[in-house]
Amino acid sequence: MLERGLGTLGAVAPYFGWDLIRDVHELFRYVFMQHAFEAGTIVAVVAGVIGYFVVLRGLSFAAHALSHIGFAGATGAALLGLAPIVGLLAFTMSAGAVMGALGQRLRGRDVTIGLVMAWSLGLGLLFTALYQGSAQLAIGILFGQIFGITAQEVLVTLVAGAITVATLVVIYRPLLFATLDEEVAEAKGVPVWGLSIVFMVVLAVAVSEAVQAVGVLLIFALIVAPAAIAERFTTRPSRGVMLAAATAVLFTWAGLVIAYYLPYPVGFFITTIAFGSYAVARLGSDFARRGAAARRPVPREEQFRHSP
Amino acid sequence: MAVPETHLVIVADHVSAAYGGRAVWQDASFTAEAGEFIVVLGPNGSGKSTLFRLLLGLLTPAAGTLEVLGRRPHQGNADIGYVPQRRNIDRDLPIRGRDMVHLGIDGTRWGIGLGDPADHRRRVDEAIASVHAEAYADRPIGQLSGGEQQRLLLAQALAGRPRMLLLDEPLASLDLRNQIVIAELVADLARANGLTVLLIAHDINPLLPVVDRVLYVAQGGLAIGKPAEVITTEQLSRLYSAPVEVLHDSHGHMFVVGLEAESAHHDA
Repeated sequence: MLERGLGTLGAVAPYFGWDLIRDVHELFRYVFMQHAFEAGTIVAVVAGVIGYFVVLRGLSFAAHALSHIGFAGATGAALLGLAPIVGLLAFTMSAGAVMGALGQRLRGRDVTIGLVMAWSLGLGLLFTALYQGSAQLAIGILFGQIFGITAQEVLVTLVAGAITVATLVVIYRPLLFATLDEEVAEAKGVPVWGLSIVFMVVLAVAVSEAVQAVGVLLIFALIVAPAAIAERFTTRPSRGVMLAAATAVLFTWAGLVIAYYLPYPVGFFITTIAFGSYAVARLGSDFARRGAAARRPVPREEQFRHSP
Repeated sequence: MAVPETHLVIVADHVSAAYGGRAVWQDASFTAEAGEFIVVLGPNGSGKSTLFRLLLGLLTPAAGTLEVLGRRPHQGNADIGYVPQRRNIDRDLPIRGRDMVHLGIDGTRWGIGLGDPADHRRRVDEAIASVHAEAYADRPIGQLSGGEQQRLLLAQALAGRPRMLLLDEPLASLDLRNQIVIAELVADLARANGLTVLLIAHDINPLLPVVDRVLYVAQGGLAIGKPAEVITTEQLSRLYSAPVEVLHDSHGHMFVVGLEAESAHHDA
């Protein structure tokens, strides 16, 4: 490692070949890559775990909107001379609490959510213009700066990620119950309204911490795609959550590795892998399902059913 | 002849129900005995589900007093198994029927349930077996037929080991054959476990062999009685605010005629 110090940076092309150990050494040669892997992994685990519930609860669009609202918060904070993460958290958590309080009524509110989202982007644009810094800040928030993460930011990500996952672990079963069968859960004493708010606030934290890695615009791919893929391959919630997290980590690692060697943005690679995998998973599971349905005998009861 | 107090699982004393500021029905007094199978009938919007919400403690009576299993109704009553009106379950919902049943046991507990007790798994198996759903309990619930889903949701309610079952239109969108099968299944389970059943239905026909009493909700009031007392041309015509005729065949069965248009419309 040492003989290939910074002196040779730029002169020697990064190693890439069949020597896996040398590959790994190459990838972790620079501190920025180490931080990128650390933060990326944490963000991916959190995105995968919460993504499972986002997809199950039909909140994909709300999650997407939440990240855009964060854009206004982050640029607004920069304008006030605060750290962008402060504004991100303040905006997404307040918006999340409101969305959570709406509960089931949030579904089908595409127009309202979309308008708030567009307005937030507009606000962010205004704040960026007023900030008079470079457009670099806005671009960083929109698309992420995973190769520019400091050790301290990794620590913040770790803390926020740990809080998010710990909260989800605590509310796991009642949240699942409320998600799948809200009326029965409510009758059984599950605080469905409170859970709805807690979930959206936790989602806000997850989105905020993920923004620095993949940015406001691309977080959708990391939250929704792995969960949507996982839900096509397992019918067990616990496995679904783990599969979603593992898939998100895989996407992030693959994106980081490719971006290390190629001169294109990591966000492009992560979203491309996410999109491609989802397309393959969809086609694959549809195919498998059709095969299984063809093999299954028609249940007796079906013969008497006159309406689907 | 007075029934001893301890046998009464529901005691409603001059209860009025209001929902969203609108009076639904008033001044209802009735009781239900342990182990009774009561079918709740009434036109759409007459307040049948509202009655369930009261019993579940999700709504408080606007007036009067209500007691369920010896206590004021309260949310989270483990003694009540509840199956709400069946919604369409998404075909792609990535959940097995078995998982839905499992939530009936531990869905209200915090945490992820690591080291799920073997006792819980046994109870899930028992509940699934009791509704004869073993064959499809491990398939995604959204891909099952209406009758199969209804059995699994019933198993979910039973897994919580309730003393009372509240079933909101479990026979809706089933064909007549399955309506009879599910009605008999519920009656068998109720007998075997000493359960009191309140079942909301639009059509009394498939339930005639199993029903003890009929509770009907109409025109702002509640009334209860034996089917033979309630299912009469006069009473049902009043109940549905439409001309209805009750015919009897040579076996003593009762046939309700003139309800086809009504029973084709289910609550959305």
